[in-house]
Amino acid sequence: MLDLLSYGATGWGDELLQGAGMTLLVAVLAYLIGLGAGCLTAAAKLSGPLPLRWLAATYTTVVRGVPALLVIWLLFYGGSGLVGWMAGLFGYGGRVELSAFAVGVASVGLVSGAYAAEVIRGAVQAVPKGQLEAARALGMHRLLILRRILAPQALRYALPGLGNVWQMTLKDTTLVSVVSLAELMRQAYVASGSTRQPFLFYLVAALVYLVITTLSETGFRALSRRADRGVRRATA
Amino acid sequence: MTLSAAAAKSVPAVQVEGLHKRFGENEVLKGVSLSAAQGEVVALIGSSGSGKSTLLRCINLLETPDDGRVLIQGEEIAMKKDRAGRAQPADSRQVDRIRQRCGMVFQSFNLWTHMTVLENIIEAPVHVLGRNREEAVARAESLLAKVGLSAKRDAYPSQMSGGQQQRAAIARMLAMDPQVMLFDEPTSALDPELVGEVLKVMRDLANEGATMLLVTHEMAFAREVSHKVVFLHQGRIEEQGTPDELFGNPQSERCRQFLMREGGR
Ligand SMILES: Nc1ncnc2c1ncn2[C@@H]1O[C@H](COP(=O)(O)OP(=O)(O)OP(=O)(O)O)[C@@H](O)[C@H]1O
Ligand SMILES: [Mg+2]
Repeated sequence: MLDLLSYGATGWGDELLQGAGMTLLVAVLAYLIGLGAGCLTAAAKLSGPLPLRWLAATYTTVVRGVPALLVIWLLFYGGSGLVGWMAGLFGYGGRVELSAFAVGVASVGLVSGAYAAEVIRGAVQAVPKGQLEAARALGMHRLLILRRILAPQALRYALPGLGNVWQMTLKDTTLVSVVSLAELMRQAYVASGSTRQPFLFYLVAALVYLVITTLSETGFRALSRRADRGVRRATA
Repeated sequence: MTLSAAAAKSVPAVQVEGLHKRFGENEVLKGVSLSAAQGEVVALIGSSGSGKSTLLRCINLLETPDDGRVLIQGEEIAMKKDRAGRAQPADSRQVDRIRQRCGMVFQSFNLWTHMTVLENIIEAPVHVLGRNREEAVARAESLLAKVGLSAKRDAYPSQMSGGQQQRAAIARMLAMDPQVMLFDEPTSALDPELVGEVLKVMRDLANEGATMLLVTHEMAFAREVSHKVVFLHQGRIEEQGTPDELFGNPQSERCRQFLMREGGR
């Protein structure tokens, strides 16, 4: 049984490892996109002009209301249609197929962003008004207040929620296997199909996900402790 | 600086003319005019909801007045009407500049909780005034010594008592070398035994000739340090005068009743 998991031509160890690498890559990129989209969306919701606020509300409502798997399918087919249409404008007539990687990162990022936006918005609103008033009263301008006061304080409130979003994003990457991206889930599926040992390979995959989530949870806890500097000590 | 010396300087440190402020249907300031000369200490008193905080917050534009003028050392804060017809500051950079010259101390201290006391104090000098960090730290240390908090330099606000936090907040304001100091009930959130240490710092500032506008319920302190007392009632100035006039011989019935209530506390 162990040679099934070994490295090289006969075993699936190297494929699984590559799959895990791909999973991490997709998850990290999607999470970063999600953080960016989440910040912009939260900003639009909190203080954007009316059209932007509508756009942001539509985005979070739709993406959180539709199963992530459907977001991937819609982006995969809708996206290639859109890109094909644009290529047509430039005189390219062939069929366009988007890379599974790009679609995977974009769609998981889109979902991640919708949840991150809600977390960030709540965190910004949790910052006591007086903290910002003190900054305004000293003549600090908007961007300076954002960078020096609002962002560090909101981060403290956002970190637990952002940790959850990361876990969710990581797990959502399994859905990208439907467009045949060779991430961990897909590799486990292929391996179990050709060896007729599905339980073994899915168990191994589950353990790998567990290791990643456990490690990242530890990381987020350390970040939280850092961000809570000055608050925790009083209660400790 | 004596009162007559202050009066000799012709430009008032703070001048407010015909100030109106409305929150929805609730008109909180109904045409308030007030001035504070350079080096003058003005105490604002009045019952809860009379508009004292709102008046103070209009001076540094934490609230936007609907009508009227605010001048700091003769510089008028430019206002304009937005599309909905509401008054807005015309130039946010002017507002920021005015705020740099008008320090404010809040009832709830509002020290930034994610920074140590020292970091709180040097934040604005470094990032707003562009002072170099060593200079700012040196100045912060001397201010901490002045308010008796040298030992708390590296403490976080959550590790300090209310009185210590308020003294640190005063040091943070002083680090900007403000020309005008606005105090909004600086001791109201403190346990009684901590009030004295904050009042002492404020008394020192008054004696050094600081221009102060002070909202307070500490009548004895107002009488002791102020040059002028203003009694606000339902958004209007009902009566003003020297502490001896106002506390010793109040003219209006409302002021008399207010002082009796406060005195009985
Ligand atoms: N941001 C706001 N929105 C709506 N109403 C407000 C706001 N700030 C103050 N008010 C109202 O304006 C009135 C005056 O409030 P203000 O805080 O100026 O009174 P105050 O004299 O400082 O009272 P206190 O002694 O209780 O601090 C009150 O009726 C209050 O409810
Ligand atoms: Mg008040």
